[in-house]
Amino acid sequence: MLRKEAKMNKLQIVLSGIIKNNPTFVLVLGMCPTLGTTTSAINGMGMGVATMAVLIMSNLVISLIKNLIPDKVRIPAFIVVIASFVTIIQMLMQAYVPSLYASLGVFIPLIVVNCIILGRAEAFASKNGAIDSILDGIGIGLGFTLSLTIIGAVREVLGSGAIFGYQLGISEYMPLVFVLAPGAFLVLGYVMVLFNKFAKK
Amino acid sequence: MKSTLFNMVAVLFTITLIASAGVGAVNMITQEPIAEAKALATKQAVSNVVPEFESNEVSEQTIDDMPIKVYTALKGDQIVGYAVESMTKNGFGGAIRMMVGFLPDGEIYNVNVLEQAETPGLGTKMCDEENPLLSSIKNKNANELRFSVKKDGGELDALTAATISSRAYYNAVARAHQAFLVASGAKAVADGVSGATGETDNQGEDAQKGGENE
Repeated sequence: MLRKEAKMNKLQIVLSGIIKNNPTFVLVLGMCPTLGTTTSAINGMGMGVATMAVLIMSNLVISLIKNLIPDKVRIPAFIVVIASFVTIIQMLMQAYVPSLYASLGVFIPLIVVNCIILGRAEAFASKNGAIDSILDGIGIGLGFTLSLTIIGAVREVLGSGAIFGYQLGISEYMPLVFVLAPGAFLVLGYVMVLFNKFAKK
Repeated sequence: MKSTLFNMVAVLFTITLIASAGVGAVNMITQEPIAEAKALATKQAVSNVVPEFESNEVSEQTIDDMPIKVYTALKGDQIVGYAVESMTKNGFGGAIRMMVGFLPDGEIYNVNVLEQAETPGLGTKMCDEENPLLSSIKNKNANELRFSVKKDGGELDALTAATISSRAYYNAVARAHQAFLVASGAKAVADGVSGATGETDNQGEDAQKGGENE
């Protein structure tokens, strides 16, 4: 599997992150932010983009320093790199997009423990070159962003009758449960089924 | 690289050193913009809940172990209102922070929820510009209100299916009112001593009488 990935061309690396190795629907990684932040399409997208930024940078750095890290301490080393980037992103968001930072709140520091990032560091960046690792970060990041945006949009439409904050005028008839925690599981399950049905073809 | 003890210690030490240096550098760069963004957000929150003003003074109080900030909005020497940054811990999803604006006579000018973690679609309606909570206290004199919902024998409306959030909302407003009373009282005393802004003081009292007549 991994050897096959290494032989893929550049475009395939990006595409595989979006469809074949989609982190949410196929790898089923990073479920905590997926369920937690997707109460609206814009929140899902914000979380996806923040994760993508961390993923690209951590993939790049880890692929550059992979040969310098002793095998036994590679996980702590990766975590330090990832945590630094998350802190940097957090400070940058706080400084330049305070409104998005306010709405994502506690989920930004939680990017550190997002399995996708450590998973890609371990499965891809520590075995591939810098450029491939960046592309993998872009692909997986886009896949994650796309999944969260879709789930967020579905939950927002079904739960509060709006999309990207734009009211459709049907909010009174919509079952609120989709914005709440049970709705997150329902929507995730059904979207995952549909995605895999079409992606397998 | 081989996993000898020396290698592991050296590599981890170097990585943490570089990482902390990077985080420190970004912190230095972003410190000012973050402070500016926070100040701007506060200023906006204040100007949302009080009439137009030119400058403001900040004072802090502690009520029920919670820090409450009072921004006194001034136009020239005259007090045009008080914005009280209040909070409650009784929210359905944790603490709720809000900015409550009072006119000098105690009339509630506007309320702006700054931070909450209520149930989306139920309790979060408290953030809407028009909601039953706000409209049942807006433009009413806080000195004459009893901050409890109809369910608890009060006269204020609650949000449908979000009574706990509604109680918490009024709890925070009531705390803001407490802070407002202290702040406006303290201000009057201070004015009385200095005598510099006696005019403002009189106007405040006149306005209060007017409020009572209504």
